[in-house]
Amino acid sequence: MKPAVLTGEHFITGDVACAEGALAAGCRFFAGYPITPATEVAEHMAVRLPDVGGTYIQMEDEIASMGAVLGASCAGAKSMTATSGPGFSLMMENIGLAICTETPCVVVNVQRAGPSTGLPTLAAQGDMMQARWGSHGHYEIITLAPSSPQEMFYLTITAFDLSETYRTPVLIMSDEVIGHLSERVIIPEANAIKPRSRPKPKGRKDRFKPFQPGPNGVAPMAIAGEGYGIHVTGLTHDEKGYPVMTAEAQEAMLAQLTGKIHRNLEDIIRTEAYRLEDADLVIVSYGVSARSSLAAVDEARQLGIKAGLLKLVTVWPFPEERVRALAERVKGLVTVEINLGQIHLEVQRCAAGRAPAMLVGHAGGAVIPPERIIETLRNFS
Amino acid sequence: MNKTKERNEHPLDELLRTDRIPHIWCPGCGIGTAFSASLVAMKTSAIDLQKTVMVSGIGCSGRGAGYIKLDSYHTTHGRAIPFATGMKLANPELNVVVFSGDGDLFAIGGNHFIHAARRNIDLTVVCVNNFNYGMTGGQAAATTPCNARTTTTPRGNPETPFNLPFMAFAAGASYVARWTILHTRDLTKSVEEALLRRGFSFIEVLAPCPTSYGRRNKQKPLDTLKAYQERTVIKHACHPAEVQLDFERGITLGKFFDLERPTFLDMYDRTCRPQERIEKSEAV
Repeated sequence: MKPAVLTGEHFITGDVACAEGALAAGCRFFAGYPITPATEVAEHMAVRLPDVGGTYIQMEDEIASMGAVLGASCAGAKSMTATSGPGFSLMMENIGLAICTETPCVVVNVQRAGPSTGLPTLAAQGDMMQARWGSHGHYEIITLAPSSPQEMFYLTITAFDLSETYRTPVLIMSDEVIGHLSERVIIPEANAIKPRSRPKPKGRKDRFKPFQPGPNGVAPMAIAGEGYGIHVTGLTHDEKGYPVMTAEAQEAMLAQLTGKIHRNLEDIIRTEAYRLEDADLVIVSYGVSARSSLAAVDEARQLGIKAGLLKLVTVWPFPEERVRALAERVKGLVTVEINLGQIHLEVQRCAAGRAPAMLVGHAGGAVIPPERIIETLRNFS
Repeated sequence: MNKTKERNEHPLDELLRTDRIPHIWCPGCGIGTAFSASLVAMKTSAIDLQKTVMVSGIGCSGRGAGYIKLDSYHTTHGRAIPFATGMKLANPELNVVVFSGDGDLFAIGGNHFIHAARRNIDLTVVCVNNFNYGMTGGQAAATTPCNARTTTTPRGNPETPFNLPFMAFAAGASYVARWTILHTRDLTKSVEEALLRRGFSFIEVLAPCPTSYGRRNKQKPLDTLKAYQERTVIKHACHPAEVQLDFERGITLGKFFDLERPTFLDMYDRTCRPQERIEKSEAV
């Protein structure tokens, strides 16, 4: 029987590394539905969870999977599901319930090309705006983008940490290439991983208000069966959790739901800089496209182009300040992504004309080759 | 002073969020009676109420979760059962009660219902069947009788409704019963029994909806109750395929099926957990 944290050096796929990251973070419940190219996450969880005291269930569809994940989280388990485009679409309504009821959970989308059934076995990054706005209503959501199996491992832990800390669903937007790519993954000692847990209520149970925020803007979370007798609803509610059908209550609730993300951007937003110090052409990229971009930066430098890379590890909330600051001082920004311009629109918005913003995009089904990026950089300079 | 206080107290006050009363249910509606019966059953069954959770979907009956003073979750339309499934699997100590309506559990949520019954998830599902979508103003449901009038079937319903007990039985439920809100004692006893059973228990409760259904189908509130009194036959152990639900010809009530079988978690522990694997290899 293997331990929850598989300390050591492994040669595994991104999907398997994601499952191992979840286990290392303390995830003990997985509900899912098979879908290419995310199935291996579910398969690995099905093998591993019962050995570490967790439970795996294959539900009848992705709507049910997302519902079960939320139920399990409300009963105290760190819970996760993994899917791809079509399943991600089906999960949207219950992702909204998670946001509204402030229920922590992690949703992995190993992206394939869409719309519809699209190219089930080939990579894309076409669900990035769906990640941001796919459920109805206005909200903030945390989204991370891994670009290697090693990052699938670490970012899944980060996803649980952020999800628990801020009582919100966290999305991991991977893609077919990273999901199926086998690489070296190092899993540290168990005691080197310090997973965060949701804030717990203190004080008198009968006076507890389940949606009254604490000092960092996040309310402590009571779980079912602890004796708090809480009520949780997807209706607009007050601090007691009771439905209130007024515009004022709606405004207060949205201020709480968005505010807890806005005031903690320092902790939530992660980016990586590569050769940015003296760069005058900056690539903005994430996920598998950040790998092509990394290669392009080095090659461009050899050609005398002062290129650099801003890799978005956190894609949502969008690292606005960082992109704005770059736009102030560089000659141009180039967004590289496997879609026809989604994060590009955000970069354009933040650049606000201070620097020209270009897109190196692709409709999906293939990774963007570094040559295409270099071509654009050349034309720019 | 004391007398007034006593008079104002309701025997179920300790289980009610009295600060949320008055409730939204219309005069003549049957949901309140089904809800009270469920609450009484929770008390009399002597289950640990601190470990008892109510999960509801969306609709008039779905508001049940908002009035019970226990941990309660008002989820998305049709998804109470998957949510409840996750709760039960994450903490098997919880008694998880799903209280919702026919539209929620059998139209938008029908797929989840049959799968939870098939898996024999240890849940108690109370379905208030008022034959239509009450909250949205009385549209046809998967339970609306053929020819009945609703806002979306103004000339009569062309569709055939589900036989809910038969569906529950065929899908694998461990406990299947049907009562009306007029049969409060039987209903309460049935919910109590279901709470104490392991496995997927299903109780259908027929309830009048005078505001949305009754007035379009020549059923005044008392007419519906009269039909519940005069047209119902209690037939315990009646095969679920043969139970009737016809306001003219007759309505079959009773406990139709009650047979324990291993739950999802029993089977999961037996087949997937490691200590079992060790025992098996030792046996070899």
